[in-house]
Amino acid sequence: MLFGIEWDTSSNWAFAVSIFPILLKGLVVTLQATVVGFFVAMVLGLILAGLKSARLAIISWPAKFITEFIRDTPLLVQLFFLYYVLPEHGIVLPAFLTGALALGVQYSAYLSEVYRAGIESIPRGQTEASRALDLPPVRTFGFVILPQAIPRIIPAMGNYLVSIMKDVPVLSVVTVLEMLNVAKIIGDRTFNYLIPISMVGAIYLILTIAASYGVRYLDTHLPKRGIPLR
Amino acid sequence: MNNSIENNQSTPVQNQTQGEDIVEVDGAAGRLDTGEPIIRFEKVVKKFGDVTVLDELDFDVRKGEKVTIIGPSGSGKSTVLRILMTLENINEGVIYVTGRPLWHEEKNGELVAAGEEHLRDMRKEMGMVFQQFNLFPHMTVRRNVTEAPVQVLKLSKEEANERADTYLELVGLSDQADKFPSQLSGGQQQRVAIARALAMRPNIMLFDEPTSSLDPELVGEVLNVIQRLAEEHDLTMLLVTHEMQFAKQISDRVCFFDKGKIVEQGTPDEVLTNPQEPRTQEFLKSFIEQH
Repeated sequence: MLFGIEWDTSSNWAFAVSIFPILLKGLVVTLQATVVGFFVAMVLGLILAGLKSARLAIISWPAKFITEFIRDTPLLVQLFFLYYVLPEHGIVLPAFLTGALALGVQYSAYLSEVYRAGIESIPRGQTEASRALDLPPVRTFGFVILPQAIPRIIPAMGNYLVSIMKDVPVLSVVTVLEMLNVAKIIGDRTFNYLIPISMVGAIYLILTIAASYGVRYLDTHLPKRGIPLR
Repeated sequence: MNNSIENNQSTPVQNQTQGEDIVEVDGAAGRLDTGEPIIRFEKVVKKFGDVTVLDELDFDVRKGEKVTIIGPSGSGKSTVLRILMTLENINEGVIYVTGRPLWHEEKNGELVAAGEEHLRDMRKEMGMVFQQFNLFPHMTVRRNVTEAPVQVLKLSKEEANERADTYLELVGLSDQADKFPSQLSGGQQQRVAIARALAMRPNIMLFDEPTSSLDPELVGEVLNVIQRLAEEHDLTMLLVTHEMQFAKQISDRVCFFDKGKIVEQGTPDEVLTNPQEPRTQEFLKSFIEQH
């Protein structure tokens, strides 16, 4: 029994059917961690991208260093750091938040590069015309550059969203009850690992295929010239 | 357009110094003269790496004057406009626009590099039309024209729309206001770009090869708009172009640039029909051969 749901071990099929709702509870946590992590990555990545493109080296250099550091160290190391080291300094976060934060930090480094590439793909003439019209830089970024960059970066962002989802099982090591962890607990208690873990793989496969279709749909249906402003 | 230029081929070099006398040329223009030039370059040097694009350039434009800059590519003619629009900084020298230093500020009686605040203030004097139009592709024509008046001049939406209507009518595009740039022809796009620059009510308009990326059949409509501006408005205009006949029609003065300097300048007739400098003659000759 897990989450108040009993399993039926009378046959493989009955077992699979009975644990499905339990795995779905885990899936909800997986998706929550994905969404929170992605949101953190989006915000942090945008900040990093902005800092990296700063003209002052004193601003851009640390941002570049942080990006490189995050990308070149394993997610698990960052996760352990947040989960075990921060509490020593009085910062205690729930396991779920710690995990989602670690995912967000890790992927902010990747997303910052996506933002940067998207922004750099906008012709220089757009910035020059904005400057000639005396538009403030913040306005230029928010209303000239970003609306044109966003449709170009969304497909790449979608791919990273799928990647984050596939990295959520790492959070099981800090006790987050995401889908794989749930499957493992079921296995521990029933001595049947094959079925729950295979089911997790199958659910992931379905989600990933669906997501990549979604990304492809977005890619062909997004307004090529940018988010329209009237 | 070739006839007039061909004439000069048979004309031998007559007087080498005549073309360099700015003061006489200015007198001939007969426009309102405040004494002070609206634009003044003093020994301006601009380098890109090791390449000197402007070489101690001295250059004056009076208020209301229509000046055309011609010259081979790489001669620094577009750089003059880009520096004025504050898109490129300068390495040495001082530029004055309406009497105020453009790239410098006065602090304790000394000229120091200008801050963003000062540059923003100076930009209000000028509007620029680019070779590639540089319209905002995700904004409607109307939004392209109203964006800066609303954001920079703090006009209300209604005021900005009224202003957009005025200038879109001036460029003959009143009926296209709700379209996106991609739905317009190149010539129409460039006319929108002109309206967009005018909507900021600049005193100085800078045209950087405004017809160079247009199909030949669309050049005329853009030139017509620029010509109307030149004739009906008191704007100071600086135009970089390869349209020699057009330069002849609208300019008070034509400047021939080569290697970062003004080689020859004078009335359109003087420079285009009767050039004195060998380099000008050579340029015009090769220009005719190409067109």
